[in-house]
Amino acid sequence: MTLPEATGLLLAFVARLITGAQGHWQGSPPKAEQRIYFANHQSHFDWVLIWAALPRDLRAATRPIAARDYWTATPFKRWLTSEVFNAVYVSRQRAQDEDPLEPLAETLRHGDSLVIFPEGTRSSKGVPQPFKAGLYHLAEQFPDVTLIPTWIDNVQRVMPKGEVVPVPILCSVTFGAPVALQPGEDKAAFLERARAAVLALRRGG
Amino acid sequence: MGALRRLTVEQQVGLLFVTLFGLLALVTIVAVLRALRDDTDAEAAAARRAILHDLRAVWVGAVLFWIAWASGAFVATLLFALVSFIALREFITLTHTRRGDHRSLIAAFFVVLPVQYVLAGSRSFNLFSVFIPVYAFAALPILGALGNDPTRFLERTAKIQWGTMVCVYGMSHAPALLLLDFPRHEGRGAFLVLFLVLVVAAAQVAQHAAGKRLRALPAARQISRSFTWQAWGLGALAGGFVGLLLYWATPFKAGQALFMGFAASGAGTLGELVMNALKRDAGVRHWGGRPTVTGAVGLLDRVAPLCFAAPVFFHSVRWYFGV
Repeated sequence: MTLPEATGLLLAFVARLITGAQGHWQGSPPKAEQRIYFANHQSHFDWVLIWAALPRDLRAATRPIAARDYWTATPFKRWLTSEVFNAVYVSRQRAQDEDPLEPLAETLRHGDSLVIFPEGTRSSKGVPQPFKAGLYHLAEQFPDVTLIPTWIDNVQRVMPKGEVVPVPILCSVTFGAPVALQPGEDKAAFLERARAAVLALRRGG
Repeated sequence: MGALRRLTVEQQVGLLFVTLFGLLALVTIVAVLRALRDDTDAEAAAARRAILHDLRAVWVGAVLFWIAWASGAFVATLLFALVSFIALREFITLTHTRRGDHRSLIAAFFVVLPVQYVLAGSRSFNLFSVFIPVYAFAALPILGALGNDPTRFLERTAKIQWGTMVCVYGMSHAPALLLLDFPRHEGRGAFLVLFLVLVVAAAQVAQHAAGKRLRALPAARQISRSFTWQAWGLGALAGGFVGLLLYWATPFKAGQALFMGFAASGAGTLGELVMNALKRDAGVRHWGGRPTVTGAVGLLDRVAPLCFAAPVFFHSVRWYFGV
């Protein structure tokens, strides 16, 4: 076992110890097919939680997205994101002629799965903000990739914005039934439908 | 009983575990056979499944205690610390804390809990007894106040303190019992833990059975429909009786064992009632085994009686025997 693999297992173990990281598969079994998991975003811990909730053999082919300027700033951050999590880097400052989705499209052409947070930023209100258009463009370009709505529950209590030490509180990750882009569906309608699919996984609400 | 008293501690505890596992195996076989029987009555079938589920929990608990006993005080303390951690995690998940509580929660989980178990492990029982009620109870609200959020401050602080009290302070008395030394009875601590667990379990079972048969008026209907004073009394008496049966391996005389069993199991089953109240408050109806929104699987439910019984038992023993 290499050091990045061992670190990954250790992180998954810590995530499970602290949050339980229970994965509930409702309407889509854990399967080795190409997928985009799109989830609500409340904390830096979200990605680790989804990753820990996935079965071990799916983790290697499921990649997160990391902001290049932040996550390559120090050798450790770069090592963590590139070696352990195999993250896809995107630039936050957009150059004129560059498609910001290009690194994601490149990954999907490669056959890997992605985890994205279509709100674009962390929200602390409990209800996800409107989704950014990226999800729609990816769905349009890659009709064969399954889109799985994902709801992460309780994680904002584990690590609120601005804190570094997580508090042990049980969280769950619920994976829902696939959402597909209908032929001729409007961008805004699709994004709203996707958001509703995520929100519908919130239990008792 | 005289012959039993003359055995060494190892032999006595070994004998107890053999008896315990034998009884469990017997009960499990009967339960499995009954579950196999084809039955049209859905309610009875569901009840049988519930019994099987509870039995599984008892097995896990019994194996854990066996590991704790077989591997010595250090591993046992660590094991109880882990159970404490998981119980507190569940407790905090069910209460509504706010952002301002973050620091006090971190202190409760990563400072108070480890320190309490280190104190238990190092047999510093004087500091162990006051560390949480005095020092932690002063420190947690201070951290809470520094969290700069006055909304429902007293309520939030009380919840964190109370969770720490039950899940950490209460639970930590189990390994403390393990390490308590009686003059002329060295190494009997392991037995005291077992004594405690067995009397509490007996009281729970007896109370449950009595509650079903007697159909008396519930003592607190809004909290629990099954808790009645008659059933509670019978349960505690059953606990005392089991204590009496086990007296040969304890440092107690027969009467003392009966009383200790009664007091500890009475406190334990009342602890269960308190946990029921907490459940209702948090809006959770069923914990036992059924994953809720956040996956709280009901460990707290199962350890709560122990968390209430252990401190009562521990301090009664210390006070009465002056150890």
